[in-house]
Amino acid sequence: MKSSSSSLGRDAWHRLRANRMAMISLYLLAGISLVSLLGPFLCPYSYEQQDLDHIFQSPDKNHLFGTDNLGRDLFARTTHGGRISLAVGLLATMVSLVIGVTYGMLSGYVGGRIDAWMMRAVDVLYSLPFIIFVILLMVLFGRNFLLLFLAIGAVEWLTMARITRAQTLNLKHAEFVEAARALGYSHARILFRHLLPNLIGPIIIYATLTVPAVMLLEAVLSFLGLGVQAPMSSWGSLIKEGAEKMDAAPWLLFFPGAFFCLTLFTLNFLGDGLRDAFDPKSSNE
Amino acid sequence: MFRTKPSPLLHKFFVIGKSWIFLCTLCSCTQPSNVETALDEQILHFGLGSEPQYFDPHLATSVAAHNIISALLEGLVSEDPKTLKPIPGIAQSWEISDDGKIYTFTLRENSRWSNGDPVTAHDFVYSFHRILNPNLGAQYASMLYPLKNAKPLHLGLKSSEDYELGAKALSDHLLELTLEYPIPYFLELLNHYSWFPVHQPTIEKFDAYEKIGTAWTKPMNFVGNGPFCLRNHHINSVIEVAKNESYWDAKNVRLQGIRFYPIEEVYTEERAYRTGFLHLTQSVSADRIDFLREKYPGELHSEPYLGTYFYRFNNKIPPFNDQRVRRAFSLAIDRKRLVEKVLQGGQSPATTFTPPGTGGFYPNASLHFDPNEARSLLNSYLREKGMDKLPPIELTYNTSEGHKKVAEALYGMWKEILGVEIHLLNMEWKVFLSTVAKGEFTLARAGWIGDYIDPHTFLQMWRTGDGLNMTGWSNDLYDNALQKAETSISQEERWANFQICEDLLAKESPILPLYFYVHLTLRHPSVKGWHPTLLDHHPYKYVYLEKGTTND
Amino acid sequence: MTKLVVSRMLQAIPTLWVIATLTFFMTRYAPGGPFDSEKAIPEEIKVKLESHFGLDQPLFYQYLRYLKNLLQGDLGPSFKYPEWEVSELISTAFPVSLTLGSLSLLIALLIGIPAGMIAALRKNSWIDYLPMSLSMIGICLPTFVLGPILIYTLSTQLRIFPPLGWYGLSDWVLPSLTLGLFYAAYIARLTRAGMLETLQLDYIRTARAKGASSWRILFKHAARGGLLPVLTFLGPAFAGLISGSFVIESIFFIPGLGKFFVTAAFNRDYTMVLGTVLFYASLIILLNLTVDLLQAWLDPRARQER
Repeated sequence: MKSSSSSLGRDAWHRLRANRMAMISLYLLAGISLVSLLGPFLCPYSYEQQDLDHIFQSPDKNHLFGTDNLGRDLFARTTHGGRISLAVGLLATMVSLVIGVTYGMLSGYVGGRIDAWMMRAVDVLYSLPFIIFVILLMVLFGRNFLLLFLAIGAVEWLTMARITRAQTLNLKHAEFVEAARALGYSHARILFRHLLPNLIGPIIIYATLTVPAVMLLEAVLSFLGLGVQAPMSSWGSLIKEGAEKMDAAPWLLFFPGAFFCLTLFTLNFLGDGLRDAFDPKSSNE
Repeated sequence: MFRTKPSPLLHKFFVIGKSWIFLCTLCSCTQPSNVETALDEQILHFGLGSEPQYFDPHLATSVAAHNIISALLEGLVSEDPKTLKPIPGIAQSWEISDDGKIYTFTLRENSRWSNGDPVTAHDFVYSFHRILNPNLGAQYASMLYPLKNAKPLHLGLKSSEDYELGAKALSDHLLELTLEYPIPYFLELLNHYSWFPVHQPTIEKFDAYEKIGTAWTKPMNFVGNGPFCLRNHHINSVIEVAKNESYWDAKNVRLQGIRFYPIEEVYTEERAYRTGFLHLTQSVSADRIDFLREKYPGELHSEPYLGTYFYRFNNKIPPFNDQRVRRAFSLAIDRKRLVEKVLQGGQSPATTFTPPGTGGFYPNASLHFDPNEARSLLNSYLREKGMDKLPPIELTYNTSEGHKKVAEALYGMWKEILGVEIHLLNMEWKVFLSTVAKGEFTLARAGWIGDYIDPHTFLQMWRTGDGLNMTGWSNDLYDNALQKAETSISQEERWANFQICEDLLAKESPILPLYFYVHLTLRHPSVKGWHPTLLDHHPYKYVYLEKGTTND
Repeated sequence: MTKLVVSRMLQAIPTLWVIATLTFFMTRYAPGGPFDSEKAIPEEIKVKLESHFGLDQPLFYQYLRYLKNLLQGDLGPSFKYPEWEVSELISTAFPVSLTLGSLSLLIALLIGIPAGMIAALRKNSWIDYLPMSLSMIGICLPTFVLGPILIYTLSTQLRIFPPLGWYGLSDWVLPSLTLGLFYAAYIARLTRAGMLETLQLDYIRTARAKGASSWRILFKHAARGGLLPVLTFLGPAFAGLISGSFVIESIFFIPGLGKFFVTAAFNRDYTMVLGTVLFYASLIILLNLTVDLLQAWLDPRARQER
């Protein structure tokens, strides 16, 4: 338990490296990110270039993924959309992770009346009308890409905080915490060095579940005018548009959907791997 | 041995298969669909598109509300199911004075409210007073302004004691209407629900004379005089009307009832149609037209609809305060290509603002696709301002799949032909409305559906300071020509003045007409007596259901 | 335990008041009003309409009046459909959403919890990978994709279930399956994660060392702590489920509450927004309390708190 942070990280990395599924996922995720970044150079079309004479073309050698309702190349649009979805999905999840975990641990650890009111504040935030909230945000701050993270962060950290708090309550009287307290460690040290590693399993899992939720929420926000503007797109919007036309033009759903799913699968196995890697108990096994 | 009995896995499949069949029989797959049972029941299943606000004819404002109200109430005149020309309704005949200002209607003796009371001339007078009562706050009260003294009464400038409204009951069945000035399309106006009567005792019972949102329009309370009466209303689920046996022409009404389903999601509505839940849909997604045309030939209908889809320029701020730039943007659009390749629904390119043929008026068009002229107009503007290119232009539209598609297509055309960078901004509906109304836009999407079949319903909105103008454009010549057209009864003079208006709109381009609407709908072949009409009105009393593959 | 319930009930009052206040002023400051429409309304008519609904009075006065009516249990009439009371609309739509939400949750729990438990017991074997990969499908196929897929296969093609509506038992299947599979995925993954945590705790190891069978360990010991994350997730999730899902309701044309949540905001139907928000808030408070109570029951140590 007395390991310094650097060796904690190094141990975790070693354990992660030994996990084959996790490593494959890591490479795949890097691959998807790379394709999304390099998309424009891999494809002769841009995401916005229209060809009204070739709309709804099924995939062929000119258009690897086919074309959409304005004859735009779906490969270009999927890879371009990937940048937005990956950025939003990963960053917004990180934001909600940091806020939610800190808030939840504090609330659970401190306990008592402060805990009660911190949780009532969460109840309040759960209940506020999200659409109106987003509209007001835009009125106050204009259309700003950062707002997207704020709006998503504002809703996504709540359940994270409640889960973290529940786990903290569960563990705060465990032997190892009592021991750390008896040794006179500071609260911050107990929280982050002793409690956090023991909570991390459900947190990582919930974080990997938050990523798809965030990516889809982004599509909802672009409906309200926040987030990406047409003709740009994101996986969420592409999937939404493709879903309704799946019988006429299945490729519109299939390709963005495949990228989305593949990303989620990799994140999932990576999450499991990270959970095992950071698990302080797994080293004893 | 290995093969003597079916493997457990295979056996499981059998069991699962059997239970599926069992479930199948339990569930609706064996039940006939709505469309099938409707042949015997004569119940029309109608896709309404959205939940209507208000069934009160004096408060309603939406197409969905029209579809309900026209089943429940009838005005003085009715509509021919094919041409929408006025035909006798509650009034069996009428006389028009020589100067075109006094209309005398003779009401049917046998017309009854759904509770059995006779429909009288007094009901109409009462109703006109109600909608014009300033305290009611009726949005469509201005439809009655042709009536003498209606406008000052409605605006509260005069009181009804001193000034009499131009509507008088000469006897129980004789109604005299006096107009401010003669209007050639007056009888057509009477088909708008704002002119429909309400049942006085019911209104009084619910204290609804000048109150909004009373319960008189709920199913058990509604008293109407139309071919159907209100049976059921579940918000977001169904509105049910049944044949009204006390309707004067009940013997000719063949439908036993209509069920209206407010299905907002267009793809859900399409699925509802395809599984026999609906006889007809309110709309069809533009992206599905090709697919549906192939899959349901003869069931996808594209019918002319009296409306224009256009963009508003903000004439107050650069660069659109210069008519060269506005015209350049307008000429740079290949409307034919937009209609054929992007919309694909049989819409026609809008080279004027008034749809050609409105009330018999065919405006001469002078907006054509002319990339060279567009570029040279823009260049002359840029040279004068000493600019290389225009700064990015913001195009504002309210969020919808269709609007987005058009905006994206124009984005491509302007970029290609004028080299202008467009920023698309989508907004939620109410935010969009308030943004446009406040003039906080550069280029904004809009649409207009005619209220009656006359060019006036289109051209009046570009009058200086009209509530619908919102472009900041103002032109004295235009206002003059419009004024002349309004007060003239000679068709020739009216058309000539409307043409002046159209020419000014083309020359100065305060707006950017894009295309004329069509009403796209899926309609089952068993629906008979249903005809394409310009206002998408379909008098239900002529509709019936009969097996057969072709539409009459 | 009673003390906890009583104190939470007392806390609920100020919480609801804060929510009502924030929502009231948020909706009023959002651009656009209930009477804005494409055909611009003349100013004098707008004034009349506003006075019908009391919008002509000072905002703070309106707020006080709203609170006063709220205390009397009166949510007022809807702005969009003024012949209907907000409470009337909510009470018609809620049973629909309650049925749909409960069925979905049932499906989600029946699939999710066993899958997660089995996966945790046989970690990193195919018994783990298979249900977990299947559960990923529930996450990869959001409801607006899964819904149409189920309709095209089971309804349009095979004609087993109706594609839309809410009229009979057979209408319940597709929407609750769509919603249930989505939540099953969450529950399976959270169960697995929670179980893995507790299976490594000392008292479980002790039980194992004493030779208890793995099923016994699973249900008697591990389930208690292991279901904690799921339980916490379920509080707000269940509140969300029974207050309706806009997406599911639009896809399947179901007259539930979810539609009111969304359209009320879009219509600037002030009273309806407040009504639905307060209703949802009460559910959240109630269910989070239930979760905390269950949590205390599952985990004796947490019970010492408060």
